[in-house]
Amino acid sequence: MTTPADQQVADRQVIETTRAGFSRHVFSWLDLLPFVFAALVYFFLGRYLALGTQVMIQIAFALSLDLALGYGGIDSLGHVAFFGMGAYAAGLFALYVSSEPISGLAAAAVLGAITGLITGPLVLRTRGLTLVMLTLAVATMLQELANASAMKPITGGADGLFGFKIAPVFGVFSFDLRGHTGYWYALGVVAFVFFTCKAVVNSPFGLAIRGIRENPVRMRMLGVNVTARLVTLYCISGALAGIAGGLSAQVTKLVGLDSLGFLLSGNALVMLILGGTGNLYGAIIGAIIFVVLSDRAAAIDPFNWLFAIGAVLVLAVRFAPQGVVGLIEQAWRRQRMRRAR
Amino acid sequence: MSEAPALAIENVSKNFGGLRVARDVSLNLPVGARHALIGPNGAGKTTLVHMVSGLLPPSAGTLRLGGVDITHMAAERRVGLGLARTFQISSLFPHLTVAENIGLAFEAKHGLDRRIWGNTAKHAEIVDGAAALLQKLGLLELAARRIVDLPYGQRRLVEIALVLALEPKTLLLDEPAAGLAAAERGALLDLLLRMPEGLSILVIEHDMSLVFRLAQRITVLVEGAILIEGTVGEIRADPRVRDIYLGSRHHG
Repeated sequence: MTTPADQQVADRQVIETTRAGFSRHVFSWLDLLPFVFAALVYFFLGRYLALGTQVMIQIAFALSLDLALGYGGIDSLGHVAFFGMGAYAAGLFALYVSSEPISGLAAAAVLGAITGLITGPLVLRTRGLTLVMLTLAVATMLQELANASAMKPITGGADGLFGFKIAPVFGVFSFDLRGHTGYWYALGVVAFVFFTCKAVVNSPFGLAIRGIRENPVRMRMLGVNVTARLVTLYCISGALAGIAGGLSAQVTKLVGLDSLGFLLSGNALVMLILGGTGNLYGAIIGAIIFVVLSDRAAAIDPFNWLFAIGAVLVLAVRFAPQGVVGLIEQAWRRQRMRRAR
Repeated sequence: MSEAPALAIENVSKNFGGLRVARDVSLNLPVGARHALIGPNGAGKTTLVHMVSGLLPPSAGTLRLGGVDITHMAAERRVGLGLARTFQISSLFPHLTVAENIGLAFEAKHGLDRRIWGNTAKHAEIVDGAAALLQKLGLLELAARRIVDLPYGQRRLVEIALVLALEPKTLLLDEPAAGLAAAERGALLDLLLRMPEGLSILVIEHDMSLVFRLAQRITVLVEGAILIEGTVGEIRADPRVRDIYLGSRHHG
Protein backbone atom coordinates (compact mmCIF):
# COMPACT_ATOMS: atom_id res chain seq x y z
CA MET A 1 0.00 0.00 0.00
CA THR A 2 1.27 3.47 -0.78
CA THR A 3 1.06 6.02 1.98
CA PRO A 4 0.65 9.74 1.20
CA ALA A 5 4.31 10.16 2.18
CA ASP A 6 5.37 7.55 -0.38
CA GLN A 7 3.24 9.30 -2.97
CA GLN A 8 4.95 12.61 -2.18
CA VAL A 9 8.38 11.06 -2.65
CA ALA A 10 7.27 9.52 -5.96
CA ASP A 11 5.87 12.85 -7.16
CA ARG A 12 9.07 14.62 -6.22
CA GLN A 13 11.08 12.05 -8.17
CA VAL A 14 8.88 12.59 -11.23
CA ILE A 15 9.44 16.34 -11.01
CA GLU A 16 13.20 15.93 -10.48
CA THR A 17 13.45 13.61 -13.50
CA THR A 18 11.56 16.13 -15.59
CA ARG A 19 13.64 19.03 -14.28
CA ALA A 20 16.79 17.20 -15.39
CA GLY A 21 15.48 17.54 -18.93
CA PHE A 22 15.70 21.33 -18.62
CA SER A 23 19.24 21.49 -17.28
CA ARG A 24 21.36 22.16 -20.34
CA HIS A 25 21.66 25.91 -19.95
CA VAL A 26 21.75 26.48 -16.20
CA PHE A 27 24.56 28.33 -14.44
CA SER A 28 27.53 26.23 -13.39
CA TRP A 29 30.93 26.71 -11.81
CA LEU A 30 32.36 26.20 -15.29
CA ASP A 31 31.04 29.68 -16.11
CA LEU A 32 33.74 31.22 -13.89
CA LEU A 33 36.55 29.48 -15.77
CA PRO A 34 37.00 32.14 -18.50
CA PHE A 35 37.28 34.85 -15.85
CA VAL A 36 39.85 32.92 -13.84
CA PHE A 37 41.76 32.48 -17.10
CA ALA A 38 41.54 36.22 -17.81
CA ALA A 39 42.91 37.00 -14.34
CA LEU A 40 45.81 34.59 -14.91
CA VAL A 41 46.59 36.32 -18.21
CA TYR A 42 46.81 39.63 -16.36
CA PHE A 43 49.28 38.32 -13.80
CA PHE A 44 51.43 36.13 -16.05
CA LEU A 45 51.16 37.70 -19.52
CA GLY A 46 51.09 41.37 -18.57
CA ARG A 47 52.69 42.35 -21.91
CA TYR A 48 49.54 41.41 -23.77
CA LEU A 49 47.01 43.60 -21.94
CA ALA A 50 46.12 45.60 -25.06
CA LEU A 51 45.59 42.43 -27.05
CA GLY A 52 43.60 40.94 -24.18
CA THR A 53 41.35 44.01 -24.13
CA GLN A 54 40.73 43.63 -27.87
CA VAL A 55 39.87 39.97 -27.31
CA MET A 56 37.32 40.97 -24.69
CA ILE A 57 35.64 43.54 -26.93
CA GLN A 58 35.25 40.84 -29.57
CA ILE A 59 34.01 38.30 -26.99
CA ALA A 60 31.26 40.72 -25.93
CA PHE A 61 30.31 41.28 -29.57
CA ALA A 62 30.41 37.58 -30.48
CA LEU A 63 28.29 36.74 -27.40
CA SER A 64 25.62 39.19 -28.52
CA LEU A 65 25.66 37.63 -32.00
CA ASP A 66 25.45 34.11 -30.54
CA LEU A 67 22.33 35.13 -28.62
CA ALA A 68 20.59 36.25 -31.83
CA LEU A 69 22.05 33.71 -34.24
CA GLY A 70 22.93 30.67 -32.14
CA TYR A 71 19.87 30.72 -29.91
CA GLY A 72 17.25 32.59 -31.93
CA GLY A 73 18.26 31.46 -35.40
CA ILE A 74 18.46 35.06 -36.65
CA ASP A 75 21.06 34.70 -39.42
CA SER A 76 22.59 38.16 -39.38
CA LEU A 77 25.41 39.57 -41.46
CA GLY A 78 24.70 43.07 -40.22
CA HIS A 79 25.19 42.73 -36.50
CA VAL A 80 27.82 45.45 -36.69
CA ALA A 81 24.92 47.93 -36.99
CA PHE A 82 24.39 47.59 -33.23
CA PHE A 83 28.11 47.63 -32.46
CA GLY A 84 28.59 50.82 -34.49
CA MET A 85 25.55 52.58 -33.06
CA GLY A 86 26.83 51.73 -29.59
CA ALA A 87 30.31 53.02 -30.44
CA TYR A 88 28.99 56.34 -31.79
CA ALA A 89 26.60 56.63 -28.82
CA ALA A 90 29.43 56.15 -26.32
CA GLY A 91 31.70 58.56 -28.23
CA LEU A 92 29.07 61.28 -28.53
CA PHE A 93 28.03 60.76 -24.91
CA ALA A 94 31.63 61.29 -23.78
CA LEU A 95 31.98 64.38 -26.01
CA TYR A 96 28.76 66.18 -25.16
CA VAL A 97 27.17 64.71 -22.03
CA SER A 98 29.57 63.17 -19.56
CA SER A 99 32.88 61.36 -19.59
CA GLU A 100 31.64 58.92 -16.94
CA PRO A 101 32.21 55.49 -18.58
CA ILE A 102 29.38 53.35 -17.19
CA SER A 103 26.62 55.80 -18.13
CA GLY A 104 28.36 55.95 -21.53
CA LEU A 105 27.89 52.20 -21.89
CA ALA A 106 24.27 52.58 -20.81
CA ALA A 107 23.78 55.11 -23.62
CA ALA A 108 25.40 52.64 -26.04
CA ALA A 109 23.06 49.87 -24.85
CA VAL A 110 19.99 52.07 -25.24
CA LEU A 111 20.89 53.08 -28.79
CA GLY A 112 21.66 49.46 -29.68
CA ALA A 113 18.28 48.38 -28.36
CA ILE A 114 16.47 51.20 -30.19
CA THR A 115 18.20 50.17 -33.42
CA GLY A 116 16.89 46.64 -32.86
CA LEU A 117 13.41 47.91 -32.07
CA ILE A 118 13.23 49.96 -35.27
CA THR A 119 14.85 47.53 -37.70
CA GLY A 120 13.62 44.29 -36.07
CA PRO A 121 9.99 44.44 -37.19
CA LEU A 122 11.20 45.17 -40.74
CA VAL A 123 13.73 42.37 -41.11
CA LEU A 124 12.56 39.62 -38.73
CA ARG A 125 9.45 38.66 -40.69
CA THR A 126 11.83 37.05 -43.18
CA ARG A 127 14.16 34.10 -42.83
CA GLY A 128 17.08 32.53 -44.65
CA LEU A 129 18.90 34.40 -47.38
CA THR A 130 16.41 37.29 -47.40
CA LEU A 131 17.08 37.89 -43.71
CA VAL A 132 20.84 37.74 -44.24
CA MET A 133 20.66 40.33 -47.03
CA LEU A 134 18.28 42.61 -45.13
CA THR A 135 20.51 42.69 -42.03
CA LEU A 136 23.46 43.45 -44.29
CA ALA A 137 21.48 46.21 -46.00
CA VAL A 138 20.56 47.85 -42.68
CA ALA A 139 24.20 47.95 -41.57
CA THR A 140 25.37 49.29 -44.93
CA MET A 141 22.73 52.03 -44.89
CA LEU A 142 23.77 53.09 -41.40
CA GLN A 143 27.40 53.25 -42.48
CA GLU A 144 26.49 55.38 -45.51
CA LEU A 145 24.41 57.58 -43.24
CA ALA A 146 27.34 58.08 -40.85
CA ASN A 147 29.48 59.07 -43.83
CA ALA A 148 26.89 61.47 -45.34
CA SER A 149 28.05 65.09 -45.48
CA ALA A 150 24.98 66.24 -43.56
CA MET A 151 26.02 63.95 -40.69
CA LYS A 152 29.66 64.98 -40.69
CA PRO A 153 29.30 67.53 -37.87
CA ILE A 154 27.95 64.74 -35.66
CA THR A 155 29.83 61.60 -36.70
CA GLY A 156 33.03 63.20 -38.00
CA GLY A 157 32.53 61.42 -41.35
CA ALA A 158 35.56 59.57 -42.63
CA ASP A 159 37.80 61.20 -39.99
CA GLY A 160 35.76 59.57 -37.25
CA LEU A 161 34.99 60.71 -33.77
CA PHE A 162 37.93 61.47 -31.50
CA GLY A 163 39.24 63.84 -28.86
CA PHE A 164 36.94 62.66 -26.11
CA LYS A 165 38.08 61.74 -22.62
CA ILE A 166 36.86 58.94 -20.41
CA ALA A 167 36.71 59.65 -16.68
CA PRO A 168 38.04 57.13 -14.13
CA VAL A 169 35.89 54.03 -13.57
CA PHE A 170 33.75 54.52 -10.41
CA GLY A 171 35.61 57.84 -10.13
CA VAL A 172 38.68 55.95 -8.86
CA PHE A 173 40.45 53.88 -11.52
CA SER A 174 41.70 56.15 -14.28
CA PHE A 175 42.51 54.76 -17.72
CA ASP A 176 46.31 54.43 -17.95
CA LEU A 177 48.50 54.23 -21.02
CA ARG A 178 49.60 50.66 -20.37
CA GLY A 179 46.00 49.51 -20.29
CA HIS A 180 45.69 48.02 -16.78
CA THR A 181 42.39 49.75 -16.04
CA GLY A 182 41.15 49.12 -19.58
CA TYR A 183 41.79 45.41 -19.15
CA TRP A 184 39.85 45.04 -15.91
CA TYR A 185 37.12 47.37 -17.12
CA ALA A 186 36.71 45.29 -20.29
CA LEU A 187 36.70 42.11 -18.22
CA GLY A 188 33.92 43.51 -16.04
CA VAL A 189 31.90 44.45 -19.11
CA VAL A 190 32.38 41.00 -20.64
CA ALA A 191 31.28 39.40 -17.36
CA PHE A 192 28.13 41.54 -17.43
CA VAL A 193 27.41 40.62 -21.06
CA PHE A 194 28.10 36.93 -20.47
CA PHE A 195 25.91 36.59 -17.38
CA THR A 196 23.13 38.61 -19.01
CA CYS A 197 23.21 36.20 -21.96
CA LYS A 198 23.27 33.25 -19.59
CA ALA A 199 20.27 34.58 -17.64
CA VAL A 200 18.33 35.18 -20.86
CA VAL A 201 18.96 31.70 -22.29
CA ASN A 202 18.09 30.20 -18.92
CA SER A 203 14.71 31.88 -18.76
CA PRO A 204 11.39 30.72 -20.22
CA PHE A 205 11.93 33.36 -22.93
CA GLY A 206 15.29 31.73 -23.71
CA LEU A 207 13.57 28.38 -24.20
CA ALA A 208 10.98 30.06 -26.42
CA ILE A 209 13.62 31.56 -28.72
CA ARG A 210 15.36 28.20 -29.04
CA GLY A 211 11.96 26.80 -29.95
CA ILE A 212 11.61 29.46 -32.63
CA ARG A 213 15.06 28.59 -34.01
CA GLU A 214 14.10 24.92 -34.14
CA ASN A 215 10.59 25.24 -35.56
CA PRO A 216 8.85 28.62 -35.95
CA VAL A 217 5.68 27.11 -37.43
CA ARG A 218 5.24 24.82 -34.45
CA MET A 219 5.76 27.82 -32.15
CA ARG A 220 2.94 29.68 -33.91
CA MET A 221 0.81 26.57 -33.54
CA LEU A 222 1.46 26.73 -29.79
CA GLY A 223 0.02 30.24 -29.85
CA VAL A 224 3.29 32.18 -29.65
CA ASN A 225 3.71 35.49 -31.47
CA VAL A 226 6.99 34.56 -33.15
CA THR A 227 7.87 37.97 -34.64
CA ALA A 228 7.27 39.75 -31.32
CA ARG A 229 9.57 37.34 -29.46
CA LEU A 230 12.25 37.74 -32.14
CA VAL A 231 12.07 41.55 -31.94
CA THR A 232 12.56 41.35 -28.16
CA LEU A 233 15.58 39.12 -28.71
CA TYR A 234 16.93 41.49 -31.37
CA CYS A 235 16.68 44.40 -28.91
CA ILE A 236 18.48 42.51 -26.12
CA SER A 237 21.17 41.31 -28.52
CA GLY A 238 21.39 44.83 -29.99
CA ALA A 239 21.85 46.36 -26.54
CA LEU A 240 24.67 43.94 -25.73
CA ALA A 241 26.35 44.50 -29.11
CA GLY A 242 25.95 48.23 -28.46
CA ILE A 243 27.77 47.78 -25.15
CA ALA A 244 30.59 45.98 -27.00
CA GLY A 245 30.80 48.92 -29.42
CA GLY A 246 30.71 51.42 -26.57
CA LEU A 247 33.48 49.54 -24.81
CA SER A 248 35.56 49.66 -27.98
CA ALA A 249 35.01 53.42 -28.30
CA GLN A 250 35.93 54.08 -24.67
CA VAL A 251 39.05 51.93 -24.69
CA THR A 252 40.46 53.07 -28.05
CA LYS A 253 39.06 56.64 -27.73
CA LEU A 254 38.24 56.61 -31.42
CA VAL A 255 35.10 55.82 -33.40
CA GLY A 256 35.61 55.36 -37.14
CA LEU A 257 33.34 54.39 -40.02
CA ASP A 258 34.81 50.88 -39.81
CA SER A 259 32.86 50.38 -36.58
CA LEU A 260 29.82 50.13 -38.86
CA GLY A 261 31.68 48.13 -41.51
CA PHE A 262 30.96 44.69 -42.90
CA LEU A 263 34.34 43.35 -41.76
CA LEU A 264 33.36 43.28 -38.07
CA SER A 265 30.11 41.43 -38.84
CA GLY A 266 32.01 38.87 -40.87
CA ASN A 267 34.72 38.48 -38.23
CA ALA A 268 32.16 37.81 -35.49
CA LEU A 269 30.55 35.17 -37.67
CA VAL A 270 33.93 33.51 -38.23
CA MET A 271 34.49 33.52 -34.44
CA LEU A 272 31.19 31.71 -33.90
CA ILE A 273 32.03 29.17 -36.62
CA LEU A 274 35.41 28.52 -34.98
CA GLY A 275 34.06 28.28 -31.45
CA GLY A 276 30.57 26.88 -32.05
CA THR A 277 27.13 28.48 -31.89
CA GLY A 278 24.30 28.26 -29.42
CA ASN A 279 26.23 27.67 -26.20
CA LEU A 280 27.94 31.02 -25.36
CA TYR A 281 31.30 29.31 -24.62
CA GLY A 282 31.88 29.02 -28.37
CA ALA A 283 31.74 32.81 -28.68
CA ILE A 284 34.43 33.15 -25.99
CA ILE A 285 36.73 30.48 -27.41
CA GLY A 286 36.17 31.60 -31.01
CA ALA A 287 36.97 35.24 -30.21
CA ILE A 288 40.15 34.27 -28.39
CA ILE A 289 41.32 32.07 -31.28
CA PHE A 290 40.42 34.68 -33.89
CA VAL A 291 42.02 37.74 -32.30
CA VAL A 292 45.15 36.00 -31.01
CA LEU A 293 45.67 34.18 -34.31
CA SER A 294 45.20 37.40 -36.32
CA ASP A 295 47.68 39.20 -34.07
CA ARG A 296 50.32 36.47 -34.21
CA ALA A 297 49.91 35.94 -37.96
CA ALA A 298 50.19 39.68 -38.60
CA ALA A 299 53.37 39.82 -36.50
CA ILE A 300 54.90 37.10 -38.68
CA ASP A 301 53.65 38.39 -42.05
CA PRO A 302 52.01 41.84 -41.97
CA PHE A 303 50.77 41.51 -45.57
CA ASN A 304 49.36 38.01 -45.88
CA TRP A 305 48.16 37.32 -42.33
CA LEU A 306 44.55 36.79 -43.42
CA PHE A 307 45.78 33.56 -45.00
CA ALA A 308 46.14 32.05 -41.52
CA ILE A 309 42.52 32.89 -40.64
CA GLY A 310 41.34 31.44 -43.93
CA ALA A 311 43.29 28.24 -43.46
CA VAL A 312 42.05 27.74 -39.90
CA LEU A 313 38.47 28.42 -41.01
CA VAL A 314 38.68 25.82 -43.76
CA LEU A 315 40.12 23.26 -41.33
CA ALA A 316 37.49 24.06 -38.72
CA VAL A 317 34.60 23.64 -41.14
CA ARG A 318 36.09 20.34 -42.32
CA PHE A 319 37.07 18.79 -38.98
CA ALA A 320 35.01 20.64 -36.37
CA PRO A 321 31.77 21.72 -38.05
CA GLN A 322 30.20 22.39 -34.63
CA GLY A 323 33.22 24.43 -33.58
CA VAL A 324 35.71 23.79 -30.81
CA VAL A 325 32.94 23.48 -28.21
CA GLY A 326 31.18 20.95 -30.47
CA LEU A 327 34.36 18.85 -30.50
CA ILE A 328 34.60 18.97 -26.71
CA GLU A 329 30.92 18.04 -26.31
CA GLN A 330 31.35 15.13 -28.70
CA ALA A 331 34.35 13.79 -26.80
CA TRP A 332 32.47 14.22 -23.52
CA ARG A 333 29.45 12.31 -24.81
CA ARG A 334 31.63 9.50 -26.16
CA GLN A 335 33.44 9.25 -22.82
CA ARG A 336 30.14 9.03 -20.95
CA MET A 337 28.81 6.34 -23.27
CA ARG A 338 31.98 4.32 -22.78
CA ARG A 339 31.64 4.63 -19.02
CA ALA A 340 27.98 3.62 -19.18
CA ARG A 341 28.96 0.41 -20.96
CA MET B 1 -30.86 27.27 -29.17
CA SER B 2 -28.17 24.64 -29.26
CA GLU B 3 -24.53 25.23 -28.43
CA ALA B 4 -22.30 26.56 -31.23
CA PRO B 5 -20.29 23.78 -32.90
CA ALA B 6 -16.63 23.46 -31.88
CA LEU B 7 -15.66 23.99 -35.50
CA ALA B 8 -17.73 24.99 -38.50
CA ILE B 9 -16.27 24.96 -42.01
CA GLU B 10 -18.72 26.80 -44.27
CA ASN B 11 -18.44 26.62 -48.07
CA VAL B 12 -14.66 26.86 -48.01
CA SER B 13 -12.71 26.81 -51.28
CA LYS B 14 -9.01 27.05 -52.02
CA ASN B 15 -7.37 27.66 -55.37
CA PHE B 16 -3.67 27.54 -56.14
CA GLY B 17 -3.70 29.39 -59.45
CA GLY B 18 -5.97 27.29 -61.64
CA LEU B 19 -5.77 24.29 -59.33
CA ARG B 20 -8.84 23.92 -57.12
CA VAL B 21 -7.73 21.93 -54.06
CA ALA B 22 -10.86 22.61 -52.00
CA ARG B 23 -14.29 23.09 -53.56
CA ASP B 24 -17.13 24.40 -51.47
CA VAL B 25 -16.33 22.22 -48.48
CA SER B 26 -18.66 22.38 -45.47
CA LEU B 27 -18.17 20.44 -42.28
CA ASN B 28 -19.68 20.74 -38.83
CA LEU B 29 -17.83 19.49 -35.76
CA PRO B 30 -20.15 19.51 -32.73
CA VAL B 31 -18.61 19.81 -29.26
CA GLY B 32 -17.15 16.48 -28.18
CA ALA B 33 -17.34 14.98 -31.67
CA ARG B 34 -14.89 12.43 -33.06
CA HIS B 35 -14.88 13.10 -36.78
CA ALA B 36 -12.61 11.55 -39.39
CA LEU B 37 -11.65 13.03 -42.72
CA ILE B 38 -10.61 10.42 -45.24
CA GLY B 39 -9.87 10.33 -48.92
CA PRO B 40 -7.12 9.42 -51.37
CA ASN B 41 -3.80 11.26 -51.40
CA GLY B 42 -4.14 14.68 -52.97
CA ALA B 43 -7.79 15.00 -51.97
CA GLY B 44 -7.08 18.24 -50.09
CA LYS B 45 -7.37 16.95 -46.54
CA THR B 46 -4.18 18.54 -45.22
CA THR B 47 -4.96 21.77 -47.12
CA LEU B 48 -8.24 21.94 -45.22
CA VAL B 49 -6.44 21.51 -41.89
CA HIS B 50 -3.92 24.19 -42.92
CA MET B 51 -6.79 26.60 -43.58
CA VAL B 52 -8.51 25.82 -40.28
CA SER B 53 -5.27 26.24 -38.31
CA GLY B 54 -4.38 29.45 -40.15
CA LEU B 55 -1.32 28.43 -42.14
CA LEU B 56 -3.18 28.98 -45.45
CA PRO B 57 -5.89 31.57 -46.14
CA PRO B 58 -9.01 30.18 -47.83
CA SER B 59 -9.95 31.63 -51.24
CA ALA B 60 -13.63 31.68 -50.25
CA GLY B 61 -15.86 30.62 -47.39
CA THR B 62 -15.99 31.07 -43.64
CA LEU B 63 -14.35 29.30 -40.70
CA ARG B 64 -15.87 29.47 -37.23
CA LEU B 65 -14.39 28.20 -33.99
CA GLY B 66 -16.94 27.92 -31.20
CA GLY B 67 -19.10 30.44 -33.06
CA VAL B 68 -16.26 32.96 -33.54
CA ASP B 69 -15.34 33.86 -37.12
CA ILE B 70 -11.65 32.98 -37.46
CA THR B 71 -11.40 33.18 -41.26
CA HIS B 72 -8.94 36.08 -41.13
CA MET B 73 -7.49 35.56 -37.65
CA ALA B 74 -3.72 35.06 -37.20
CA ALA B 75 -2.75 31.41 -36.63
CA GLU B 76 -1.30 31.98 -33.16
CA ARG B 77 -4.48 33.71 -31.95
CA ARG B 78 -6.60 30.72 -32.99
CA VAL B 79 -4.58 28.66 -30.52
CA GLY B 80 -5.75 31.05 -27.81
CA LEU B 81 -9.34 30.07 -28.69
CA GLY B 82 -8.57 26.43 -27.94
CA LEU B 83 -7.44 25.12 -31.32
CA ALA B 84 -4.46 22.76 -31.54
CA ARG B 85 -3.08 20.56 -34.28
CA THR B 86 -0.46 17.98 -35.09
CA PHE B 87 1.31 17.63 -38.41
CA GLN B 88 1.55 14.83 -40.93
CA ILE B 89 5.32 14.77 -40.49
CA SER B 90 6.17 15.21 -36.80
CA SER B 91 6.58 18.87 -36.03
CA LEU B 92 8.70 19.14 -32.92
CA PHE B 93 11.84 20.90 -31.73
CA PRO B 94 14.47 18.37 -32.86
CA HIS B 95 17.49 19.56 -30.85
CA LEU B 96 15.60 20.23 -27.63
CA THR B 97 14.90 17.59 -25.00
CA VAL B 98 11.50 15.95 -24.57
CA ALA B 99 11.01 17.92 -21.34
CA GLU B 100 11.85 21.17 -23.14
CA ASN B 101 9.46 20.32 -25.98
CA ILE B 102 6.57 19.75 -23.58
CA GLY B 103 7.71 22.66 -21.42
CA LEU B 104 7.40 24.99 -24.42
CA ALA B 105 3.73 24.07 -24.75
CA PHE B 106 3.12 24.78 -21.06
CA GLU B 107 4.93 28.11 -21.11
CA ALA B 108 3.03 29.13 -24.25
CA LYS B 109 -0.25 28.20 -22.57
CA HIS B 110 0.57 30.23 -19.46
CA GLY B 111 1.98 33.17 -21.44
CA LEU B 112 5.43 32.67 -19.89
CA ASP B 113 7.23 32.72 -23.25
CA ARG B 114 7.94 36.44 -22.77
CA ARG B 115 9.42 36.10 -19.28
CA ILE B 116 13.10 37.02 -19.48
CA TRP B 117 13.98 36.38 -15.85
CA GLY B 118 14.15 33.25 -13.73
CA ASN B 119 15.30 29.74 -14.47
CA THR B 120 12.92 27.77 -16.70
CA ALA B 121 13.50 24.64 -14.62
CA LYS B 122 12.25 26.48 -11.51
CA HIS B 123 8.90 27.57 -12.94
CA ALA B 124 6.28 25.26 -11.39
CA GLU B 125 3.73 25.98 -14.15
CA ILE B 126 6.19 24.60 -16.69
CA VAL B 127 7.98 21.78 -14.85
CA ASP B 128 5.09 20.37 -12.78
CA GLY B 129 2.78 20.39 -15.78
CA ALA B 130 5.37 18.69 -17.97
CA ALA B 131 6.16 16.14 -15.24
CA ALA B 132 2.52 15.12 -14.79
CA LEU B 133 1.91 14.83 -18.53
CA LEU B 134 5.13 12.89 -19.20
CA GLN B 135 4.29 10.42 -16.46
CA LYS B 136 0.73 10.01 -17.71
CA LEU B 137 1.92 9.18 -21.22
CA GLY B 138 4.79 6.96 -20.05
CA LEU B 139 7.43 9.31 -21.48
CA LEU B 140 9.12 10.19 -18.19
CA GLU B 141 12.36 8.24 -18.76
CA LEU B 142 12.79 10.16 -22.03
CA ALA B 143 12.64 13.61 -20.36
CA ALA B 144 16.32 14.43 -20.89
CA ARG B 145 16.60 12.87 -24.38
CA ARG B 146 16.62 15.05 -27.48
CA ILE B 147 13.97 14.48 -30.14
CA VAL B 148 16.63 13.66 -32.78
CA ASP B 149 17.72 10.73 -30.60
CA LEU B 150 14.21 9.21 -30.41
CA PRO B 151 12.68 6.60 -32.70
CA TYR B 152 9.79 7.72 -34.87
CA GLY B 153 6.99 6.17 -32.82
CA GLN B 154 8.06 7.98 -29.67
CA ARG B 155 8.27 11.26 -31.55
CA ARG B 156 4.61 10.88 -32.51
CA LEU B 157 3.71 10.35 -28.85
CA VAL B 158 5.67 13.45 -27.84
CA GLU B 159 3.80 15.44 -30.47
CA ILE B 160 0.46 14.29 -29.06
CA ALA B 161 1.69 15.19 -25.57
CA LEU B 162 2.66 18.63 -26.88
CA VAL B 163 -0.86 19.44 -28.07
CA LEU B 164 -2.47 17.88 -24.99
CA ALA B 165 -0.38 20.23 -22.85
CA LEU B 166 -2.28 23.11 -24.45
CA GLU B 167 -5.55 21.58 -23.13
CA PRO B 168 -7.28 22.37 -26.43
CA LYS B 169 -11.04 22.38 -27.00
CA THR B 170 -10.64 21.41 -30.65
CA LEU B 171 -7.90 19.12 -31.88
CA LEU B 172 -6.86 18.55 -35.49
CA LEU B 173 -4.79 15.39 -36.02
CA ASP B 174 -3.12 15.02 -39.41
CA GLU B 175 -2.38 11.32 -39.95
CA PRO B 176 -1.32 10.55 -36.36
CA ALA B 177 -0.72 6.86 -37.14
CA ALA B 178 1.36 7.37 -40.29
CA GLY B 179 4.62 5.47 -40.11
CA LEU B 180 3.79 3.72 -36.82
CA ALA B 181 4.23 0.00 -36.23
CA ALA B 182 1.17 -2.10 -35.33
CA ALA B 183 1.86 -2.10 -31.58
CA GLU B 184 2.43 1.66 -31.60
CA ARG B 185 -0.86 2.14 -33.46
CA GLY B 186 -2.61 0.21 -30.71
CA ALA B 187 -1.05 2.45 -28.06
CA LEU B 188 -2.01 5.55 -30.05
CA LEU B 189 -5.62 4.38 -30.39
CA ASP B 190 -5.81 3.71 -26.63
CA LEU B 191 -4.51 7.20 -26.01
CA LEU B 192 -7.00 8.78 -28.41
CA LEU B 193 -9.91 6.78 -26.98
CA ARG B 194 -9.00 8.04 -23.48
CA MET B 195 -9.12 11.72 -24.45
CA PRO B 196 -11.54 13.92 -22.49
CA GLU B 197 -15.16 13.77 -23.67
CA GLY B 198 -15.51 17.51 -24.13
CA LEU B 199 -12.61 17.60 -26.60
CA SER B 200 -13.69 17.78 -30.24
CA ILE B 201 -11.39 15.90 -32.61
CA LEU B 202 -11.05 16.09 -36.37
CA VAL B 203 -8.65 13.41 -37.54
CA ILE B 204 -7.18 12.72 -40.97
CA GLU B 205 -6.13 9.09 -41.18
CA HIS B 206 -5.49 6.38 -43.74
CA ASP B 207 -5.63 3.53 -41.23
CA MET B 208 -9.26 2.47 -41.62
CA SER B 209 -9.37 0.18 -38.59
CA LEU B 210 -8.26 3.12 -36.44
CA VAL B 211 -10.76 5.46 -38.11
CA PHE B 212 -13.67 3.02 -37.68
CA ARG B 213 -12.90 2.51 -33.98
CA LEU B 214 -12.32 6.17 -33.15
CA ALA B 215 -14.73 8.20 -35.27
CA GLN B 216 -18.47 8.67 -34.93
CA ARG B 217 -18.85 10.38 -38.28
CA ILE B 218 -16.70 10.33 -41.39
CA THR B 219 -16.32 12.75 -44.28
CA VAL B 220 -14.88 11.45 -47.55
CA LEU B 221 -13.01 14.05 -49.57
CA VAL B 222 -12.16 13.42 -53.24
CA GLU B 223 -10.41 15.95 -55.45
CA GLY B 224 -11.16 18.77 -53.05
CA ALA B 225 -14.89 18.13 -52.80
CA ILE B 226 -17.00 16.18 -50.32
CA LEU B 227 -18.09 12.87 -51.80
CA ILE B 228 -20.18 11.76 -48.86
CA GLU B 229 -20.54 12.35 -45.14
CA GLY B 230 -22.12 9.90 -42.75
CA THR B 231 -21.83 7.56 -39.81
CA VAL B 232 -19.22 4.83 -39.78
CA GLY B 233 -21.86 2.29 -40.89
CA GLU B 234 -23.03 4.44 -43.79
CA ILE B 235 -19.49 5.02 -45.04
CA ARG B 236 -18.57 1.35 -44.79
CA ALA B 237 -21.66 0.43 -46.78
CA ASP B 238 -21.30 3.03 -49.52
CA PRO B 239 -20.14 1.42 -52.80
CA ARG B 240 -18.56 4.65 -54.10
CA VAL B 241 -16.30 4.84 -51.04
CA ARG B 242 -15.29 1.23 -51.55
CA ASP B 243 -14.40 1.96 -55.18
CA ILE B 244 -12.63 5.25 -54.76
CA TYR B 245 -10.98 4.92 -51.42
CA LEU B 246 -11.13 1.58 -49.70
CA GLY B 247 -10.41 -0.27 -52.92
CA SER B 248 -7.18 1.62 -53.43
CA ARG B 249 -5.85 1.48 -49.89
CA HIS B 250 -2.58 -0.10 -50.85
CA HIS B 251 -1.04 3.26 -51.89
CA GLY B 252 0.39 3.49 -48.45
